[in-house]
Amino acid sequence: MTARHELAVIGAGPAGLAAATTATELGLEVAIFDDQPAPGGQIYRGVERTPLADPAVLGEDYRRGAGLAEAFRASGAAYHPSCGVWLLTPEREIGLLDNGQARFVTAGRVIIAGGAMERPVPFPGWTLPGVMTAGAGQILLKSVGMVPEKEVVLAGTGPLLLLLAAQYLRVGVRIAALLDMTPRSNALRALPQLPAALSAFGTLAKGLALKREIRRAGVRVVKGVTSLRALGEACLEAVVYEAGGREQRLDSELLLVHFGVIPDSNTTRSLGVRHLWDSRQLCWRPAVDAWGNTDVEGFAVVGDGAGIGGALAAEHAGRLAALEAARALGRIDVAERDERAAPARAAVVKELRVRPFLDALFQPAPELISRLDDDTVVCRCEEVTAGQVREAVGQGCTGPNQLKSFTRCGMGPCQGRQCGTTVSQLIGHTLGRPVEEIGAYRIRPPLKPINLTQLAALDSEEGEAA
Amino acid sequence: MFKKLHDDGAARVTVTIDGQAVQVPAGETVAAATLIHGLSPFRTSAVSGVPRAPFCMMGVCFDCLVEIDGTPNRQACQVRVAEGMAIRRQDGAGGSAP
Repeated sequence: MTARHELAVIGAGPAGLAAATTATELGLEVAIFDDQPAPGGQIYRGVERTPLADPAVLGEDYRRGAGLAEAFRASGAAYHPSCGVWLLTPEREIGLLDNGQARFVTAGRVIIAGGAMERPVPFPGWTLPGVMTAGAGQILLKSVGMVPEKEVVLAGTGPLLLLLAAQYLRVGVRIAALLDMTPRSNALRALPQLPAALSAFGTLAKGLALKREIRRAGVRVVKGVTSLRALGEACLEAVVYEAGGREQRLDSELLLVHFGVIPDSNTTRSLGVRHLWDSRQLCWRPAVDAWGNTDVEGFAVVGDGAGIGGALAAEHAGRLAALEAARALGRIDVAERDERAAPARAAVVKELRVRPFLDALFQPAPELISRLDDDTVVCRCEEVTAGQVREAVGQGCTGPNQLKSFTRCGMGPCQGRQCGTTVSQLIGHTLGRPVEEIGAYRIRPPLKPINLTQLAALDSEEGEAA
Repeated sequence: MFKKLHDDGAARVTVTIDGQAVQVPAGETVAAATLIHGLSPFRTSAVSGVPRAPFCMMGVCFDCLVEIDGTPNRQACQVRVAEGMAIRRQDGAGGSAP
């Protein structure tokens, strides 16, 4: 039999945990599905059972996740860990891969809280073993207490890069260099946004404290890095970077890169939700109203999956979506929803006030995409280069979906997660047209790999139930 | 490439990586267990046969694909180790590396 839930929440990061907890408190029957084995999402990963001798090295913001997870555990919401979503239909059928077993559920409403992923930015050699993302490094630290064995090179831009550097220093990891690829002109462009951001003084102060900590530790910080290359045959051997027009080389076996985070939009794309190009955050995001509602009836998207706002904004947006779900399902009326929503609404507004400043300050250089070397691999799966994309455009290809038939770009196992944002921008640059006119890959299920044996097992179960 | 900060005292399970038995902490991902044993690359790419290893560790890059208990193309960063699990590094689009 297909189980039916009143409310299904997808993802157990801050937004999903807060949504499920609030909705359960409002009397809804809630099931939360998460592909990780424990609550927390990426930001609070491993928060219930840290492998670190002193979890304080992760910083005080991380601790907030423990409270969220605890409240969620106490709420009584049905929790389904290691349970990924591979299908989502507008009829609110959800295809799950629950600890390797395929099954279906349906829901009266669905809150998608799938979170963010790191922005993939191609550069020569980025597919070499030994080149990973800063997020990958942090996941290994948080979940299993693993750190680089030898000196590590950090490169890119964004708060996560600074945070990881500080966390690494606190546990004794040696950093060969921090290559700051933040464009020098960003500070000036961010300045007009600073007054609004000052209301989030705490956030800014934390960022400055991280920079101080890194400087005091004597880490070599190279500012104004404009290009990056990873060299090696079987694995990374050296990093070559350009700063102030001069090329420098660093021998290293591990390079961790970061260029900010973007919504992981494959799930919402596959559902047919309308997406907008965010020219500030340089990414696609689903179009949602103030409660997270999308243009697909019964579906809300909250948290960083709806546009990057950070963990605190995500948490409060989760509560708002839960209140809206309770209203839509007839548990509370509009007046009660609005009254109960006031604190969370105010908190979201406060948290988002700092974003325009941060978005401008850490925006990756547009040239990283527009001036990609022709030889650089854009699609890691099908190994399609920037040159091949430009060539296809020259032959009349006008968009990402046509590009698939020209080059197979975006048709590998990652289903365009790694190349989608780049490809939309690259086609736009090549044609001299805005990204929103270029569009994005159509995404089709399965959203996660599911094999024939798992699908066949599903059929026989359905047959027995009937 | 990576090391453990300290032994976290977790229970161990025995898995094989390319036929070699190794002890790894229970609950760890196949990707973490393979990285800590210094085994890289995880596979060669499907198109040009170049070496690949984990990039994102959160399930979005699909570069950590390995064969687990005979099934190719499993995401090593999304699968937990289990007693007796047979992990094999992968050659191209699927099937075992020699």
